[in-house]
Amino acid sequence: MELNSRLPSGPIETAWDRTRFDMKLVNPANKRRHSVIVVGSGLAGGSAAATLGELGYKVSCFCFQDSPRRAHSIAAQGGINAAKNYQNDGDSIYRLFYDTVKGGDFRAREANVYRLAQISVEIIDQCVAQGVPFAREYGGTLTNRSFGGAQVSRTFYARGQTGQQLLLGAYQALERQVENGSVTMYARTEMLDLIVINGRARGVVTRHLVTGEMNVHLADAVLLATGGYGNVFYLSTNAKGSNVTAAWRAHKRGALFANPCYTQIHPTCIPVSGEYQSKLTLMSESLRNDGRIWVPKKKGDKRSPDQIPEDERDYYLERRYPSFGNLVPRDVASRNAKQVCDEGRGVGETGLGVYLDFGAAIQRLGRKTIEERYGNLFDMYERITDEDPYRVPMRIYPAIHYTMGGLWVDYHLMSTIPGLFVLGEANFSDHGANRLGASALMQGLSDGYFVIPYTLGDYLANNKLEPVSVSHPDVRNTVVSAETTLKRLLSVNGRRTVDSFHRQLGKIVWDYCGMSRNAAGLQHAIGEIQSLRQEYWQNVRVPGTGDDFNQSLEKAGRVADFFELAELMCVDALHRNESCGGHFREEYQTPDGEAQRDDENFSYVAAWEYGGAGNPATLVKEPLEFDYVHPSQRSYK
Amino acid sequence: MKLTLKIWRQTSRKESGKFVSYPVEANPDMSVLELLDVLNEQLIEKGEYPVAFEHDCREGICGSCGFMINGLAHGPLPATTVCQLTVRHFKDGEELTLEPWRARPFPVIKDLAVDRRAFDRIIASGGYISVSTGSAPDGNAILVPKEAADRAMDAAACIACGACVAACPNASAALYTGAKITHLGVLPQGSRNVTCEPFAWWPR
Repeated sequence: MELNSRLPSGPIETAWDRTRFDMKLVNPANKRRHSVIVVGSGLAGGSAAATLGELGYKVSCFCFQDSPRRAHSIAAQGGINAAKNYQNDGDSIYRLFYDTVKGGDFRAREANVYRLAQISVEIIDQCVAQGVPFAREYGGTLTNRSFGGAQVSRTFYARGQTGQQLLLGAYQALERQVENGSVTMYARTEMLDLIVINGRARGVVTRHLVTGEMNVHLADAVLLATGGYGNVFYLSTNAKGSNVTAAWRAHKRGALFANPCYTQIHPTCIPVSGEYQSKLTLMSESLRNDGRIWVPKKKGDKRSPDQIPEDERDYYLERRYPSFGNLVPRDVASRNAKQVCDEGRGVGETGLGVYLDFGAAIQRLGRKTIEERYGNLFDMYERITDEDPYRVPMRIYPAIHYTMGGLWVDYHLMSTIPGLFVLGEANFSDHGANRLGASALMQGLSDGYFVIPYTLGDYLANNKLEPVSVSHPDVRNTVVSAETTLKRLLSVNGRRTVDSFHRQLGKIVWDYCGMSRNAAGLQHAIGEIQSLRQEYWQNVRVPGTGDDFNQSLEKAGRVADFFELAELMCVDALHRNESCGGHFREEYQTPDGEAQRDDENFSYVAAWEYGGAGNPATLVKEPLEFDYVHPSQRSYK
Repeated sequence: MKLTLKIWRQTSRKESGKFVSYPVEANPDMSVLELLDVLNEQLIEKGEYPVAFEHDCREGICGSCGFMINGLAHGPLPATTVCQLTVRHFKDGEELTLEPWRARPFPVIKDLAVDRRAFDRIIASGGYISVSTGSAPDGNAILVPKEAADRAMDAAACIACGACVAACPNASAALYTGAKITHLGVLPQGSRNVTCEPFAWWPR
């Protein structure tokens, strides 16, 4: 397969404008004749469904939650970047573009990132007009903070709940269209498969999660905005329901999956406390500004932290990275924490944790200052762990929280299946091998509010779509295949629960395809995943039937897809013989232990084509070219 | 520690329900939802049906989870959802009664899960500012006094879990609706909105 990314030529500054001008338009009166399916109601899906509804398209929007407002975008804390330069501190569209390409370790497309930086300023305007209560100065203007190591203050925020507020803006715009009748909302409805007719995406098969009813929805185009696949690790900062099913089943219908091995690990999460643990909680990265990270020098030192004298502590980040110290980027901080724990020097009951100590900061600044800066985080920590971080050092450990990989899309956000568009975290397009803080919200809203309304119109205007009906054999076959999968899961009736398999799968992926990877480990993991998957289909127990509210059945289908994705992640990580961003291959590091890119051989997007059950996926490469930001090596010593 | 969970079991809206007691072994660091996870694993292994309950983000922001614990919405801790409520707040040997939200507008779907679609209908009937994508002025063209922005944020932080409706003897959504009115009404963007006109009196 040849990939055509439809990247605009010519100067990057005007590329999006020229692309938009060259697009065909759909006449306003004709828009209502076109039906569009949007799967997912987070920042990308919610904003897309609302905007397409405003334009007059006939939109059907689906989410598995009980309300579109519960999509996991709601949990984003820090903020959203925009190149407004309101602070007059030297920011610009070009600088945001530059930072994002570099932060992605030179594995993203320049044209996409430039467009994202351009659109960022419009997003803020739109959200303010919707009533998003961004933080303000006393004079009434918008305020900003610097975030994620950026040298300018370009992050807009609404306390620690920016994702919630942006999502409520999109949700309210969506409900406005529901009231207008232009959007039909299908909550508690999960997409089980994509309907492809004559090579084009023409609909979805869905299951209502309360009644179990299977339905076919047909349309002129399908938009997937179904989020990332972090839950392949079982323990992650994602919501429990977040899953890869819609994207994966589209992959199996012909959409290429790009860079699955690019996953991001966040260094400051509350560590796992026991086997029962269901999810990991993020603590804001800002804590590293004043906290010092350490572990005991001795292996297996079980003394309480106040019993360990200063000279028996290893402040390993300060020791290894004297100039950046505790503020090294996420990937570096995470890898180092794993390393000291692997050496047997981790703390806490499980040995998987490091101390984040505020003792010195409290002595230097006083308790009051620390309270002002981090009071709410300290309270949250205490609520969860029952330890007072003013007296006892916090324990933290890295956790997965974002996936840069996703379905391959061209500049128009269209996948390799014509008529199937992919938005937000579900696509691979803008973050390369590593995402910068406060960029995920920006990308989701950019795709939904400002990119897809144009590119979808161009697709509909350029293609004559013949009418399709539910009696089409391809529709019937897709429904039968979705039903067969459900029946198979219900009929195994083995001895192990879905969660027990998911937990075991997650551990394999975490151990071998997590913070650091090597060829032998990845090969081992592929074998383990395959045999566990085999056991899954012979020994899983899903109680109940498919005709009612059956949460075990929902999970069972999602875990089945995670098995297949996990294998592809390992295959991708194994083939990429370099380290870049969140992908760290132990064999490829600089003499001082940093990620070593191989631009000569790996400066490309790895898009994988599904090979059919039991067959390996085929690699298709999209070469990356850098005309503006020239690849360089990151160093934090 | 040992606890007894007395849980409302109801297979569907049409069936009538009843309480069933389950003795459970708990770790004090678990959340109440993780305790239900552990119980459900045991029930599935024994060939019984697991307890249905709503949950998603498990960090207190999505608003999916929620049920009554001993007659209190989300249990005894203030401003803490059941996903963040750890078991250590209960005494060894205690019996916890878990019931779904008790409110007619929230019919039971199964066990502890209820239907809260009424909340979406409230927003659809005017809980928004009428501005279509693309027609916004520059962000700083709309000045919002800090006090108004803070006040709006206090109200906008509502997670729509439904606890206020469940706790109200009249099962009224006045708090939920009032929070949205306050959020939009105190902002200049919202008070100009046609659908928000009734709230234009709000002091700014």
